[in-house]
Amino acid sequence: MLTKRIVPCLDVKNGRVVKGTNFVNLRDAGDPVELAKKYNEEGADELVFLDITASVEERKTIYDIVRNVSRQLFIPFTVGGGISTVEDMQKLLFCGADKISVNTAAIKNPGIIKQASSKFGSQCIVVAIDAKKTQNSWNVFINGGRTDTRIDAIEWAKKVQQFGAGEILLTSMDRDGTKKGFDIGLTKIISESINIPVIASGGAGDLKSISDIFEYGCADAMLAASIFHYGKFSVSQVKEYLAKNNMEVRL
Amino acid sequence: MIYIINYGAGNIGSITNALEYLGYEYTITENPDMIKEADKLILPGVGAFGEIMDNLKKQKLIEPIKKFIDSGKPFFGICLGLQVLFERSEESPGVKGLGLFEGEVVKFRQGKVPQIGWNKIRPANQNEFFREGFVYFVNSFYIVPKNTDIIATKTDYYLEFTSAVQCKNITATQFHPEKSGEFGLDILRRWLEC
Repeated sequence: MLTKRIVPCLDVKNGRVVKGTNFVNLRDAGDPVELAKKYNEEGADELVFLDITASVEERKTIYDIVRNVSRQLFIPFTVGGGISTVEDMQKLLFCGADKISVNTAAIKNPGIIKQASSKFGSQCIVVAIDAKKTQNSWNVFINGGRTDTRIDAIEWAKKVQQFGAGEILLTSMDRDGTKKGFDIGLTKIISESINIPVIASGGAGDLKSISDIFEYGCADAMLAASIFHYGKFSVSQVKEYLAKNNMEVRL
Repeated sequence: MIYIINYGAGNIGSITNALEYLGYEYTITENPDMIKEADKLILPGVGAFGEIMDNLKKQKLIEPIKKFIDSGKPFFGICLGLQVLFERSEESPGVKGLGLFEGEVVKFRQGKVPQIGWNKIRPANQNEFFREGFVYFVNSFYIVPKNTDIIATKTDYYLEFTSAVQCKNITATQFHPEKSGEFGLDILRRWLEC
């Protein structure tokens, strides 16, 4: 059977890896290619690069990073952040990305999911959903968490599956960077509402919080940044813990 | 020289990166006349069964590929490059595959589809390329070969399916060795050295 995937995420700004809390207060966390190599050696199952560079001009650095990473690492990797056209996607795939993650662009122009998945295949298209708890549901936020779309996250997840998304990268904004554990309720309900894999993100804390998101949250993969960047746990420590708890991982 | 068939749809960046990393030169081609020049041939594959067959037909690549395989030189198919070796696929009813092997391609009916992630391959016949270990899969469909002697590895995803075939000069995998870390690179390395 498939193993549970451990996916380190590298938020890249102006060519450097950074990490914030609740989407703000960014700190430098290192060189993207070096970090990618380190995670690969530790046994990461995939990597995600999210380009959070503000200006279009500086965004060009992501292409070099993608090129450098894809020549040295032979595990799947996803690139996201500010991608709004099929041409952008094509360029990133050409540079060596395996999957493209879209978020704001998918909300503004849902047609792009269909267009991209029919051109590159569903396996290439990851739709990222940033969800924040309201009274009794979760809303989808865009523009790096700044804009509430008032769209229900569960309904949106079902829709993007229909449009041809191959995976969902689900981030709990309430938990992002807090290390308080994943939002199990959110992850479980989305994972059970759709038939494509869900990568849970936001809130990875202690080792138990990671086994919990697989056991109770029905996640197919977990994504984390801070716990890996600042050396709280290595990818292999996480995997060994999961293996001890009878979960299948690639060791 | 190693030739990689470019029929337009596939993302061949990862396979060329892997060959470069392993220190092999290659040529990417869509020219039917060039295929016979190859010492080794790789057919990568991303997209849909019908789409690939359509592209191969349009580019007049079907006969040259079959002839190359007949010549006994090493051939490697990846993902859809494995599936099109069979007669037909549920993905594209009415479309004929290359038909080099008897059997068909069917869809997973349980679990999340596509299967995305790392799964274990278990060697099923005597062959020099595959060992037991984890590799990266992205597939909604799997092959059902009639002749079980060609099955090189098996994998479990709610049922047991054939994850690679090996028969004479044909080696083909449902998974992506070029995306399966060192373990996958070793499979490619063993094939490249043969």
